[in-house]
This record gives sequence, C-alpha cells and structure tokens, in this order.
Amino acid sequence: MTVRVQSEDFDVGAESRALQAETVGGIALFVGTVRGLSSDDGVTAMVLEHFPGMTEGELERIEAEARARWPLEDVTIIHRVGRLLPGEQIVLVAAASAHRRAAFDAAQFIMDFLKTDAPFWKAEERGDDRRWVEARDSDSTARGRWSE
Amino acid sequence: MTLTIRYFAWMREHTGTDLETVDLPDGVARVGDLVPHLATISDGHALALQNLQVVRVAVNRAYGDLDTPVAAGDEVAFFPPVTGG
Repeated sequence: MTVRVQSEDFDVGAESRALQAETVGGIALFVGTVRGLSSDDGVTAMVLEHFPGMTEGELERIEAEARARWPLEDVTIIHRVGRLLPGEQIVLVAAASAHRRAAFDAAQFIMDFLKTDAPFWKAEERGDDRRWVEARDSDSTARGRWSE
Repeated sequence: MTLTIRYFAWMREHTGTDLETVDLPDGVARVGDLVPHLATISDGHALALQNLQVVRVAVNRAYGDLDTPVAAGDEVAFFPPVTGG
C-alpha cells in the first residue's frame, strides 16, 4: 500500500511495474490531469493545497475501505500539490487484483471518495485572476452510488 | 481552554492565517460554540465564518460537525468543501 502527497511528478510506468506480482492478474490505473484550454475555459494553471497529516489519513482510510470491499493485492494513491500547468498529471490511483473487475471497481471507488473526502483544494488561475474551485454536486452523487 | 485553529483555502485567505492559538472561556463545549468567538477576531474571520453551511470541520484531523465536542488542546480545522482529484 502506497499513499503519497507530493509536489513532484510521478512515473505511471514505474508505479504500475511496482504493483506487478505473481498473484496479480490486472492493474487498473486512473491518471487525473490538469484540464486547460477546453472550449471557453482558459485555465493557465492550477494551484493545489492540502492538509498535511489529515489528507494522508483520509487517503489511507479510503484505501482501507476499498480493500474491505474487494480482494485487492495492492493499491497506490499519489496526489500532487503546488502549482501545476495544463496537461500535467495531478493524481494517480492504481489498484492491483487477481481479477480485472475488482481492480476497475476499486480504482473508481477510490477516485469517487477521494473527490469528496480527501482534503485538497484547487484554485484555478486565468492569467492574473485566481479563483477557488467550488465543489460539485456531481461528485457527491458519484460517491453516493457506492452506498446503493 | 486553549485550542489550535487551522484554516484552509479561501478561509485561510479571509482570516489571513493558517494557524492560530485561541484562548476560550468556559462553556465552549462544541465546535458550534467556538464560532461566535472566532468571528470576533477580525472582519476577515467574520467573513470566513458567516455561512457555516458551506464550511467543513475537522477535530484532531477527523471530520466532525458543529456538534462535535472540543476539549483543551484539540486542533479544530475549518475549510471549504474539498475539490481534489
């Protein structure tokens, strides 16, 4: 199990290889990136803040909940903080299991809970303007479907 | 009773601080009791804490709410809904 909050970038290939093992039949990986110039949106940078200590604790709690639901061999969660540019990687969630369904479902579950529970805050920069991103109802909805 | 208070994101910007130690009178037993005292510290504090509907709370790094009990030495954090990922 790996949980890291860091300013440095991460190497998806290296993180994936680190999860390979004889008992693993599949690794599902999700990589979140900074969305910049989409249609009318001119985000020039994203600044991410976290709550050292609590953030790692919440990620570990989410990871433990995923392990309680699915037979996972290993999990890696890496989230970056600081100032990131469009196209850069923000988050990696990787779940390794004997079978693909558990890996896919666990990776999605972890992302949905990370979005609503892990203390991270994003501010978007558009030129000289800087604004805090507001939480989205759709994220709470995505989290809620796991309790159905 | 002394507590450590932390603020994040726009609450940190409004209050002008990420960490402060506050001395509170007897009778402050829950997070909700704290708020009126914190709001008198500055205009920025009052602004940050004016709409508690949009604020989340953690006591000693675990999620809580306005009814969560507080005791001397606790760390109480106030922050907006999270937006990571």
